[in-house]
Amino acid sequence: MDAILLQILNGLDKGGAYALIALGLTIIFGTLGVVNFAHGALFMMGAFCAVSIKALFTLEKVVLDPTKLTAWGTPMEIRTPYIESWFGDVGVWMIDYSVPLSILLAIPVMLFIGVAMERGLIRYFYKRPHAEQILVTFGLAIVIQELVKSQFGANPIPQPAPDTAKGMLDFGVMIGFDAGNVVYPAWRLIYFLFSTLVIAGVFAFLQFTTFGMVVRAGMADRETVGLLGIDIDRKFTIVFGLAAVVAGLAGVMYTPILSPDYHMGMDFLVLSFVVVVVGGMGSLGGAVVAGFLLGILQSLASMEEVKQILPGIDQIIIYLIAVVVLLARPRGLMGRKGMMEG
Amino acid sequence: MVAIIKKQSDLVLLLCFAAAVLAGPVILQPFGAGYPDLLQKFAIFGIFAIGFNILFGLTGYLSFGHAAFLGIGSYTAVWTFKLLSMNPLPAVLLATLLGGLFAALIGFISLRRTGIYFSILTLAFAQMSYNLAYSVLTPITNGETGLQLRQADPRVLDVAFGRDYGAVLPSSDLFGIDMTGYPGFYFCAAVLILCFYISMRIFRSPFGMMLRAVKSNQNRMNYTGLNTRPYALAAFVISGMYAGLAGGLLAVTDPLAGAERMQWTASGEVVLMTILGGTGTLLGPVIGAGAIKYFENIFSAFNENILLNTFSFLPETLQHAVVSVASLFVGEGWHLTLGALFMVIVIFLPGGLMEGVRRFGVLFKRKADSDGPTETQPASAE
Repeated sequence: MDAILLQILNGLDKGGAYALIALGLTIIFGTLGVVNFAHGALFMMGAFCAVSIKALFTLEKVVLDPTKLTAWGTPMEIRTPYIESWFGDVGVWMIDYSVPLSILLAIPVMLFIGVAMERGLIRYFYKRPHAEQILVTFGLAIVIQELVKSQFGANPIPQPAPDTAKGMLDFGVMIGFDAGNVVYPAWRLIYFLFSTLVIAGVFAFLQFTTFGMVVRAGMADRETVGLLGIDIDRKFTIVFGLAAVVAGLAGVMYTPILSPDYHMGMDFLVLSFVVVVVGGMGSLGGAVVAGFLLGILQSLASMEEVKQILPGIDQIIIYLIAVVVLLARPRGLMGRKGMMEG
Repeated sequence: MVAIIKKQSDLVLLLCFAAAVLAGPVILQPFGAGYPDLLQKFAIFGIFAIGFNILFGLTGYLSFGHAAFLGIGSYTAVWTFKLLSMNPLPAVLLATLLGGLFAALIGFISLRRTGIYFSILTLAFAQMSYNLAYSVLTPITNGETGLQLRQADPRVLDVAFGRDYGAVLPSSDLFGIDMTGYPGFYFCAAVLILCFYISMRIFRSPFGMMLRAVKSNQNRMNYTGLNTRPYALAAFVISGMYAGLAGGLLAVTDPLAGAERMQWTASGEVVLMTILGGTGTLLGPVIGAGAIKYFENIFSAFNENILLNTFSFLPETLQHAVVSVASLFVGEGWHLTLGALFMVIVIFLPGGLMEGVRRFGVLFKRKADSDGPTETQPASAE
């Protein structure tokens, strides 16, 4: 039981990432009707926002200290990050908290990237067939990925979580198990809470604001909203930017769990598409539910006990579920009627 | 009358194609591509793309998992080498068959859906095969190391026919002709020409017509009381067989099979080849495959020094600026060029190179008879 609970917890953070990416994909698909294969690249760019901030914060000033000698007899180099020498303790704190602080950078950057992408490329593809949308965004994903690779290199760049969140959390004790049975890295729990927060934010935005109402109306019937004199194109551009921000935030906060490298976007993209399809194309709730569900199922499948019965199941479980769902319930778990039927 | 003309022009096309392929080493010599390794790749990926085109070009089903069949073909061929014989014929035949078999299986399930669902289903199956090849199926696929020949392999048929390779690691040979270098290329070229012929016959047949009908309006076909799925499945299986064959040939020219051949980027590459050349045209995929493999070869060989030499006519500061930008696109960064090319083609020339050639032709034709009424019936680009 403890082991199962632990695996469920393990699945939550991954599920959170899937849910956030899938949510963005669904929003884009529901509003703009575009299948965005570059969404994984947005996730990856978010992660590299964190990398850049960290690199920026840890720019160092090197001073030679002649009073101290290294083992080779040369003067010792004293390295202090500029930010530390400028701000003192606040600077140290900022370096420690570089990942959460990156969110502040990621929001405007991702919003800009999203809007630029929509205005510069995607809008010319609204009327083109889905196959061409897939292909052009696939090409864009390759381009972004290779640019990041040429800038940051091909190796994963580890991003430590803040010291306070680095440790393990004895989660079992909180819900009445014996100590030491369900021990769980604190950051993963933070990621899960963060992702639910973002998801709740997106839903609240769509549900309770006028802007969100217009967007929902546009999702239901784009033409009529246009006839009512609302500039739906502009709203949808912002929606695209919003989806990019959601993917970017998912990427920023995921960096302590998985060291970012240039192909992390592609890895997550394929899975997120599966999530969208399982949840139901165009259903926001479906995307979230399916994201967490698949994350949990994946980590349950990677338990030793399960692997002994069905070797290799952890590698293919998600795809297997996608196949079963598509065949048994082609609309997805919570898909709406008329959304990409066929 | 029309039919006869069509037949004749097809024959001419086939002969020209065969001549061009067989003369490949001579024709491509000036471009620095006249060596057997690259030529073999041209031929093999040409076959792969022709097969993909039968599915995507005719029926419009965009499969994102075709590399799985390529990988299956490779594994089958290497196992045939290990167990039966070093002769490429059984290897290639079995690779084709197994490719087709798996395609039938995957196609049967995937073709229940269309559009983007179909793409994602095929992608899921391909990723599944890739993951399995890396993990559980290691006894069959040899995991990350890749499947290789060994001296101690049984090779039952070779033993039965009294063929002994001695103490060296054998390479595949067709009745004594070693399948590396030019003989290997001519073997692939012969297969390519055969494949081209078959694909041409499919394009011209009532079956091909039916596939085009599936592409243009599947609903209408269903309303007329026709079940389109067997046709689409047949196209899927045929293209799976082509992919298996191409995978088998890859193993023939270099007896090694790795799981990375099944990765979805490999599937993306064949889509790109087809699109670049021209979807739904006969020659397009071959040209696209050739172009991509050629540029891959050229671009990845470039490095900073070559670039510096190339741009040495520029003033120094400008030279360095140009080189630093250009070096993004070559060598390791070849994939960037590939991605950019992909986007440019899809945005500006969705019909591919063949479409470009056709547009060019129309342009000239217009200029030539500008005083007469312009004939607005473009010849189908093939």
